[in-house]
Order: sequence, then structure tokens, then C-alpha cells
Amino acid sequence: MFMWLCATWGVMTSQNPSFIYLDANATEPLRPEARVAVLEALDMTGNPASIHGAGRAAWALLERARKIVASRVGAKPADVVFTSGGTEANALAIAAFAKGRHVLFGATEHDAVRAAAMGCAHSVLPVLACGQIDLAALAAALARHPQALVCLMLANNETGVLHPVAEAAALCRARGALLHVDAVQALGRIEFSLAGLGANSIALSGHKVGGPKGAGALVLAAGAPPVTALLQGGGQEQGRRGGTPPLPAIAGFAAALAAATGADQLAGLRDRLEQAAIAEGARVCGAGPRLPNTTCLARPGQRADTQVIRLDLAGIAVSAGAACSSGKVARSHVLEAMGLLELAGSAIRVSLPWNAEPAHIDAFVQAYAAMPPRQAAA
Amino acid sequence: MIYLDNLATTPCDPRAMAAAEPFFGAMFGNPHSAEHAFGRRAAEAVERARSQVASLIGAEPREIVFTSGATEANNLAIKGAARFAGAAGRRRIVTLATEHKCVLESVRDLASEDFEPVILPVAANGLVDFAGLKAALETPTLLVSVMAANNETGVLQDLGAVAGLARAAGALVHTDIAQAAGKIPFDAAALGVHLASISAHKINGPKGIGALYVRRRPRVRLTPLFSGGGQERGLRSGTIPAPLAVGFGEACALAEAEMAEDSARILGLRQRLIGRLRARIPGLMENAEDVARLPGAVSLRFPAARALDLIAACADELCVSTGSACTSAEIAPSHVLTAMGLTPAQAARTLRLGIGRFTSAPEIDRAADLLAGAHDDLAQRPAPDVAAAFLAEA
Repeated sequence: MFMWLCATWGVMTSQNPSFIYLDANATEPLRPEARVAVLEALDMTGNPASIHGAGRAAWALLERARKIVASRVGAKPADVVFTSGGTEANALAIAAFAKGRHVLFGATEHDAVRAAAMGCAHSVLPVLACGQIDLAALAAALARHPQALVCLMLANNETGVLHPVAEAAALCRARGALLHVDAVQALGRIEFSLAGLGANSIALSGHKVGGPKGAGALVLAAGAPPVTALLQGGGQEQGRRGGTPPLPAIAGFAAALAAATGADQLAGLRDRLEQAAIAEGARVCGAGPRLPNTTCLARPGQRADTQVIRLDLAGIAVSAGAACSSGKVARSHVLEAMGLLELAGSAIRVSLPWNAEPAHIDAFVQAYAAMPPRQAAA
Repeated sequence: MIYLDNLATTPCDPRAMAAAEPFFGAMFGNPHSAEHAFGRRAAEAVERARSQVASLIGAEPREIVFTSGATEANNLAIKGAARFAGAAGRRRIVTLATEHKCVLESVRDLASEDFEPVILPVAANGLVDFAGLKAALETPTLLVSVMAANNETGVLQDLGAVAGLARAAGALVHTDIAQAAGKIPFDAAALGVHLASISAHKINGPKGIGALYVRRRPRVRLTPLFSGGGQERGLRSGTIPAPLAVGFGEACALAEAEMAEDSARILGLRQRLIGRLRARIPGLMENAEDVARLPGAVSLRFPAARALDLIAACADELCVSTGSACTSAEIAPSHVLTAMGLTPAQAARTLRLGIGRFTSAPEIDRAADLLAGAHDDLAQRPAPDVAAAFLAEA
């Protein structure tokens, strides 16, 4: 099967409109605006740290990108630290802010945040059945650890559930705690600002907004604690991130962000897909407010990996969870935290990309309905 | 514009761009999405790139860990090896005073984690002082980090000898091959190094990707710099930028195929440049003249003008540098040159030129004429304000 897929893949994607991508939360297709910016930047030679003409042209491009990212989230350009992606941005923030602080993080955080936080003294904050953080539990934890670093994602990558970050921020501020927000999935899909969130820092990723893989950013609010470099050497990014900045990826990130004007237009398509799945017996995981493009559909009694393979054979790409852990057998910690352990093995994530079309939804609905209804759970 | 700063970064080879380009399009999948064809296609391309990188440096594909670049690879190698050894292990970490800043800072910073950094001086020609290295290794040593080729002078270290001594002392050997890879033959297995850092954008690949060679037999163990999705066997979490990896792989394949031809041509251009400059500038010196260096690396000491003034005077037509790009805007003298015994004044008169794959003979001639002309002018009319004004503008 694998060989067959590989052999026919090129034909399927380039010519067959029935090959459909509904796994945007793993990575968004590159936007045309980003593609142009990437290829232009690849054609430039300079190192942005060099003082000669080629270097200054590269530097100007880098700073233009920095301004675009900064203004989108209401930050100062100097407070944007470009990184290799969301994982590094989260790790950089947590390494810098956790010094001497207890880390409190939501149970549904991405592995990048969980792994970084678990290296520190930490406590896990429960979420409600709807997938949102339990604010009462946060308040209680802050009473025990007033000087905490709280890590809370804006939008969950598996369910799309939006956390009440502004409310959490108010609790943090009242106690003197710091708040770091992983906004990787929210960026470009819903509008937000550092001030609106009340966060001390946010982590962003280029390839989740339709930019290329290989660039992300940590954006700091005014008054955030100083960031010490995780990657040392060279003094780039004001000493906060060593290494030659990945200019093509950064230029593409900024161009994609400028073109990403929200995912509201996807909500109707998502809802139609979801209703059709519910009619087939699916349960939606995550009742809280969500990203417009994401749904997590459990089909009780039917293994998620079987569903994903069947859809894959039908030419539809979805996933059983985070891409990073796609190859692993581990069950979703997100659904488990929501008290949906019995559904965790049977849930797939469907996430619509920026270029999703009604025909894609029709194809999914057809393939989903064609799957055998119930199997004995393995 | 004549680009002679190929040690700072190189133009991306159109063939590497062409290889990467489809992955900036229809093949956009996340290489870690094993569940669907988009992901598998990207993963397949990443694995092919991994083989190409491995082949260039005498490694097995499984020994290649993709990173965001050589800075990250150097940080991962040095801090990762130290942190894995932990509190119970050896404490000493030995490196050279002429290493790249990211190696020096990583080594020095480990002092705060109770390791013992030892920064060895080098000889006037930039080479490691073996007596000093032997003496340092008398104390049980965890790691020795010595670069293959220096980024300012191009000086090539005798890595085989360094690795032999270090291994005999039971130490791990790390080498920064960001400048050497693809320019001179390098065989990690034959040299017996344990860790080696490589960068794509120094070998006509894209910025934003590099790799760390991590030897498997005997297996070298590292603690990751950051964790998350557990990619790259847990050593480097985060989505691999598949298009950049593909461009990197292609750049490695091109370097491997064309190394002999490129280096012969570049060596010819280098001799042409130096011959032309020497004919017009009596007293022009080459730093580390008597030792083996990278074919494309030229470190020139001008008799009567500061490098920054020369750069400023030629800025409209020529891209050259004083030293490492990372610290271009610093006024402090190069740590590499001062470690080789140059005075701050001599270091300030040193210009770094990097000749690359796309440099042409007419460009070399024009660059030599520009520099010689500027040097004549500056020798007659020292202009202390030129560089300051240029820097302020930059």
C-alpha cells in the first residue's frame, strides 16, 4: 500500500482534485504570497549581520518581516525574537521565565510546552470537559504559587478549543505570575494581540499560517523578563537567539501572515462537515469556543488509525492527533485530560486549510459515510 | 555588486533551489505526518536529503540530526554532551581560542553548570599547539571541540591528530565543519570524530538548516537543547523544514560531486587575486600564510589602511568583511586574529575575502583593482571618519 501510494502520489496531488488535504493544524499549505517571498529571499545572497550592501539588503528584509509580525500582534519590532519555529519559541520562553518560578501549565498544552515545563518544578492544570482551562483550578494553584509561570495555549492543536486566556491573564496579573501563551494554532486564524491576551510572551510558528517551515517567533510584551539565549553565539536577535536568521523562511512567514486574514470563512464548511459526521454517529470532542477550521471527531468503537488509513486510501489527509506524535501509539493526552479517555482511541482531527473548498468537504463527507459503521474495539 | 564574502554566507545554488521548490508548493506536507501521503512524501524527501548530507561527510544517514543551522548544532553538541555526562562525569571541556563564537560561548557558559572550560591558545599561524593540548588532556576531559577550518582565516587544523590525542585520552571529539564541509574532503568515520556540525548556507544551500553528525558506533549520547514532539530521535524536537532540508541535501550532493573542480578553480582565483593585489600594494601580508587553508578563504593584512575604511570605500561595488558576520558591526578586534598574536591595529587592517562557487575571474580582477585603488587613496589620505559614518548608516 505504501509503495503504491508513493508511486501514484505525484499524479494524485497534481491532477486529481479528489486528493484532499484536511490536516492544516499539522502544517498549512504554503500561501502563494509566501512562496513568492521565499523564492525571492532565496535569491538574495547576504547575511543580515554583514555590513556590506548584500548584508544590508538582507537586514532590511529581516526587519521588514519583523515589523509585520510585531504589528500583527501589537508588539514592538524589537520585541520579536525570530526562532526556527514554535517548539524553539516555546522552549526559549519557558527556559527564560521559569527561573525561580513554579510552572503551571494546562493539561492540553502541546508537547513542546509540556516537555519544557516538565524540566522545571511544575504542576498541571486541569481542563473542563469542554476542553477549556479550569479557571478555578488556576486561581487555586496561583494562591499556592503566586510567583508562577503559567503556560496556556490560545487554541488547542487537536480540538481547536480556545482557552479563556484574558481571564487567566487577569488572575496571573493579580498574583504577580507570568503568562506565556502558545499562540501557534491561533495566529492568522483568529485575531488577537499581546495586550488583549494580557500575556507576557507568545510563541508563533510560520508554517501554521501558510508560511514555510523553519521560522517562528517568540514575541515579548513590554516589561517581560529578559530572555537568555538557548542557542548561544553570534549575538543575533539582540543576543537572544544566536545563529544566522533563516531569511527565506522568515520572509515567507511575514508574507503568509500578511495574507492570513482569519479563518472565519472556514467555519461554515467545518460546521457542515461536522454535522454530516454527527449524522454518521460521530461525537465532537471539545464543546468550548473553537478555531473556525478545526474539529475533533470521535467514532466510538472504531479505531482512529483505521479511520485515518481508510480516509488516506480515499485520498483524504487527516490525522489522529498532533503530527509530531503521529508515528507513536500513545493516546491523545488532550482528550484524556478532557475526560474523554474512552474516545481517545477513536478520534480523528480534521483541520481545514486556508484554501479548503466546498468540494473537499463533500468528498470527506462521502468517504466518512462510506466507512464501515462499527467495529469491535481493539 | 561583487560578492566576496562567501565565508559569511553563500548564494543558494539554483539547483538546490530547484530541488527545494516543489516542497514550497504541492508537496508542502509535514514530514512527521506519517498517516497520509502528503506527510510521507515530505518524509521521504527528508530522508533522501539525510542520505545526501551523510554521504558528503562520511556518515551514515542515521547519524545525521537536522538542526536550524550550525549554531544550533554546535550548541547541541557541546551542551548536549556535557549535560548528558551530568554531574558524575568528567568536567573538562577543551577548545581553541580561535573557534566560532557559538562554540566559545557554549563552552564558557558550561562553567555555570560546574564544567571546566579550557580555552587553548593557538600558534601564530593559527594551528593548535599540540603540547598545550596534550597538557590539557592530562586532566580527564569530557569533550574536545576543534573546528576543521577557521571562518576568518580558513586555517585547517590537523583534525586527525587532534582526534587521535583526544580519543586516546578518553574524550569525545567535536568539530565545527561549517566552513570545511563541501570545500575539502571530510570523512567523519575515518577521522574518528564523535560529533560534527554543518550548515547549509555556507555550502550554497538555504539558510535555516544545518545538521549535527552524531556517531552511532560507539554511540554518542546527548541531552537535547529543547524537547517537544520528539523528532530526530528525541535529539531535536520541532517540525523539520522539509524544503530547506531538501535544498541542503542537494547542496551537499552538488558539493560532493563538484568539490575537486570547484576548489581547483577557486584556488586559481585566489592566486589571481593575491597576485594582482601584491603587485599593486607592497607590504600586503596574508595571515597564516605558511599553513594549509581553505581554497576560498583569504585573510589579508593591508599595510596602510583599515579594513573598515576599505569596505566603506568599495561599498558600492564590493561585498567583503572584516571577519565573522555575526560581529561585523563590532569595533572590537577579531578574537581569531588577536589569538594569533596580531595587535589590535594589525587586526583592524585585516580584510576577509571569501571566494565562492559563483565568483568569476573578471570579478576578482575588478575587486583587486577596487581594493588597490582604495588602499592607495586611504594611504595618502587617512579618513578616520569614513568607517564611522558607514557603520552609523548600517
